[in-house]
Amino acid sequence: MSAYRDEDPRLHGIKTKIRVVPHFPKSGIMFQDITTLLLDPKAFKDTIDLFVERYKGKNISVVAGIEARGFIFGPPIALAIGAKFVPLRKPKKLPGKVISQEYILEYGRDCLEMHVGAVEAGERAIVVDDLIATGGTLCAAMDLLERVGAEVVECACVIELPELKGRERLNGKPLYVLVEYLEV
Amino acid sequence: MFAEENGLKGDPRLQAISQAIRVVPHFPKQGIMFQDITTLLLDHKAFKDTVDIFVDRYRDMHISVVAGVEARGFLFGPSIALGIGAKFVPLRKPRKLPGEVISEKYSLEYGTDCLELHVGAVQPGERAIVIDDLVATGGTLSAAIRLLERSGAEVVECACVIGVPDVKGHCRLIGKPLYVLVEPREVDKCSRGSTCVNTKSFDCVSHQGWGG
Repeated sequence: MSAYRDEDPRLHGIKTKIRVVPHFPKSGIMFQDITTLLLDPKAFKDTIDLFVERYKGKNISVVAGIEARGFIFGPPIALAIGAKFVPLRKPKKLPGKVISQEYILEYGRDCLEMHVGAVEAGERAIVVDDLIATGGTLCAAMDLLERVGAEVVECACVIELPELKGRERLNGKPLYVLVEYLEV
Repeated sequence: MFAEENGLKGDPRLQAISQAIRVVPHFPKQGIMFQDITTLLLDHKAFKDTVDIFVDRYRDMHISVVAGVEARGFLFGPSIALGIGAKFVPLRKPRKLPGEVISEKYSLEYGTDCLELHVGAVQPGERAIVIDDLVATGGTLSAAIRLLERSGAEVVECACVIGVPDVKGHCRLIGKPLYVLVEPREVDKCSRGSTCVNTKSFDCVSHQGWGG
């Protein structure tokens, strides 16, 4: 589901603060720049509040955030709902023992890692990132959490690009987003 | 300056924060005792205390910009910004920020690296703080300060969770006040000993060779 359809009055302010940068990182891509949202303390707070209101009191003990923009939204959510924050990182960044999950990109592969022992079996987790496009990264994130026995309750993103059908790639896992970006 | 010397002497929160940080020997290379803050993020109370200490310090200092250095500065900066009502400005490695940027090179042990800031993110006259998880040589923080000053901001202070005790040396290098919560730890001082929770979940590197 998306908060967009519920028309919470805060959503308009959030959507207008996201800057679209054409042809970044390459021609044809309309890049959704959330840094401008972070420049507006009220809109940034509203963004976090919307997620916190959804996940507080739901026995979520893990907020996993995907490097690097998931690190911006994930920790404030984790702190507000009483959960731990677990960073999911590109290879060779995490210093301790890790498990790795490969995933396919448009051209080639990439890999996401999580510290062994950060998450225990039976914990209820959400995965946070700024945006869902094809869903490849979020799938890798969910795989890591499920491999250690956690239950991924939902994926949470600020922005969805529905035309890229990432939602379908999540294998039935619920996805919660605040705004959708549709190319006109 | 260390938090303990600046109003937080004996504050029990600082000891818990220090103990929540894991030391990983010889990462990323031989001889470096890596201070791993990911274990701090797993301890909700210690993580919250970390943010609260910074928020309490900066709340009434009319700070409108919290700049965080990619990527571990992103773990602390946004929560601090939200706590004091400031904007959060990410300082990133090259080619990550999509809009027009200004860049600042800085020296590494071998070679150079570069930090970038979006044009227009910071206005002249704004009061800013810079956040990172740890300060070592101060090279990254110096580049961060230069970027903010080039935008016309006043850098009030740099704030890090962890910093080496040679504080005076750093102040001179950076030219700005530095506020640090804890010192780096050595591997042989996991204070929980045989009851260390880490032995259950993590490979507690403090206990390797201790039979813990």
